Amino acid sequence: MAQYQNLFTTVNAVGPVSHGVELGHGNSPRTGQPLLNYWLGKLGNAQLGPIYLGGLGLASLIFGTLAINIIGFNMLAQVNWDPIQFIRQLFWLALEPPPPQYGLSLPPMNQGGWYLLSSLFLLISVMLWFARTWRRARELGLGMHIPYAFMSAIWLFLVLGLFRPVLMGSWGEAVPYGIFPHLDWTAAFSLRYGNLFYNPFHALSIAFLYGSVLLFAMHGATILAVGRYGGEREIEQIVDRGTASERAALFWRWTMGFNATMESIHRWAWWFAVLTTLTGGIGILLTGTVVDNWYLWAVKHGVAPPYPDVFPAVSDPALQAAPSGVKP
Amino acid sequence: MSMKPSFLVSAARLLGLAGLTLLAACERPPVTSVQHGYAGTGMVQVYNPRTVEQQAASNEVPEAAPPASADGPKAGQVYQNVKVLGDLSVGQFTRLMANMTTWIAPEQGCAYCHNPANFADDSKYTKVVARKMVEMTQHINTDWKNHVGQTGVTCFTCHRGNPVPKEIWFTADNAPKGANFIGDTAGQNVAAKTVGLSSLPNDPFTPFLLGKEEIRVNGNTALPTGNRQSIKQAEWTYGLMMHMSSSLGVNCTYCHNTRNIATWEGGPPQRVTAWHGIRMARDLNLSYLEPLTNVFPAHRKGELGDVAKLNCATCHQGAYKPLYGTGMLKDHPELGRDTTLTEPVKAAKAALQASAAAPAAKR
Repeated sequence: MAQYQNLFTTVNAVGPVSHGVELGHGNSPRTGQPLLNYWLGKLGNAQLGPIYLGGLGLASLIFGTLAINIIGFNMLAQVNWDPIQFIRQLFWLALEPPPPQYGLSLPPMNQGGWYLLSSLFLLISVMLWFARTWRRARELGLGMHIPYAFMSAIWLFLVLGLFRPVLMGSWGEAVPYGIFPHLDWTAAFSLRYGNLFYNPFHALSIAFLYGSVLLFAMHGATILAVGRYGGEREIEQIVDRGTASERAALFWRWTMGFNATMESIHRWAWWFAVLTTLTGGIGILLTGTVVDNWYLWAVKHGVAPPYPDVFPAVSDPALQAAPSGVKP
Repeated sequence: MSMKPSFLVSAARLLGLAGLTLLAACERPPVTSVQHGYAGTGMVQVYNPRTVEQQAASNEVPEAAPPASADGPKAGQVYQNVKVLGDLSVGQFTRLMANMTTWIAPEQGCAYCHNPANFADDSKYTKVVARKMVEMTQHINTDWKNHVGQTGVTCFTCHRGNPVPKEIWFTADNAPKGANFIGDTAGQNVAAKTVGLSSLPNDPFTPFLLGKEEIRVNGNTALPTGNRQSIKQAEWTYGLMMHMSSSLGVNCTYCHNTRNIATWEGGPPQRVTAWHGIRMARDLNLSYLEPLTNVFPAHRKGELGDVAKLNCATCHQGAYKPLYGTGMLKDHPELGRDTTLTEPVKAAKAALQASAAAPAAKR
């Protein structure tokens, strides 16, 4: 018989539902009656709920809903309130930031005013959610690793939508709220600033992003592979290495000469994830404010290598005094 | 543990179906790639052989009629109301008229432009337009050689048997509901064919091929030295470039070295031709098509009442060179020169040229 490989979650704990620990003064009661679901148990914990909503969570959801509604209703208005077209064109639709000529002033509602209002609500919502992660971590006696990591993502969000537009003096520099439009914006951003691939902070961000993915895959695979020796009991094995830990460590030491520990692998992953948005945000913030053309910057600092010319010599026709054929 | 194979199978089927649906919008492999620049720099052209095969049929050049003799009386002397082709012999003139019928109105025939009772009559708008278009063709072939080269253009380059060329454009109505309170698209974010179904600004023609908005967005220095072009302006330029790319059936790398889009040095020479092409399209729209606005009837105009205008696709129609660079001008030299037979105008022109040459000779 083929040996069983635990690629899917096999332990589906079913027991009395738990409301979690008692909370002290100043905390809200939890919302919702917990229930058990077999299929949820295939993915994670079989228990659904209760949720801790609280004042911060509620306020965050309200502002977030407002922001999403402003975006959604603008999109709906763009397709003349046709729900079918709304779904059909959803990936193309967007709420655009104001045209650049408005600078940092307040534009009319239909010329980016809705965008600014939506951004304000989104910002409030995100900051409230951040405060909520902070307070829940404190109340559960955790370290601050989750709020700090969230802060790194918020940094990139703030650079894109607030810090950089303010430094550039135009709300029009912000990112449109739409699926394809924000991707086109990204490409246009790179084109405008002479190829973002020559931005070293962009390079670092990519390295950390792909590194995060790689570490996630390596770690997930390693722990699943030693699951048959109880390897998923990682926390105990930080201080009490068992055969699972030893085998996992040996695998990596033998294949690449060096290995993480049950504790350090999580620090690697945390730093890689946090540095992705941290370095990315720095790279965006420098673009346009400190560096205008990353390709020329890379040439200046010897980063962009010269290639042999294979085409006949070409020069800018606009620089010719009187280009033939062009009538003045 | 009990596995439920029926559930797994149906889940897999659902996933497969979802995947196929997403892939349905993609072109199926294989595609051909042709190296265009230095090895390893991604300077390649990607062609879908099936698309190219489809396009090949519409790029076939009709066989040229045997040339007519230049001898004999001039059309301007024999016929009435011949304003731009008067210098042709009657034989050449008749040949061109027959050609124009097969190129432009093969089904409608002469009566598409002419009043059958009186061919000299200007009462049909199409005749007035056709005259202007002949002038435009001659202008392109004489003054825009840095775009059309010796290949040149004829009526067929754009018309291909259609009275109205397939690829024309009108200024987009960006606020069809007036100045509304909500739902402005900023001229973008619809799956527009003009910009290759991207969400980029979908009427890049009005600012760039009619107006003279700045197309260049990149700065010339590493550090900021006053270039205030915004990302939104870059999106408009990007929209125009998407139009050029899909009109010519080429990648960005046909004209640009993508490691730095803006640099001319070391880039493909095709970009210079394209640079002149942008200016040519602008010139033609302003000097030949806009002046026809009041000549066209309302049903030939755009939603804003503007005249049909041309862009790269009007001639190119998906090919890197219209008709894959097959020249028709060599068989129709009358479209490559000024053929007006208006003596006073000619005399005035000669006098102007003489006065321009005189100071140069003295020096």
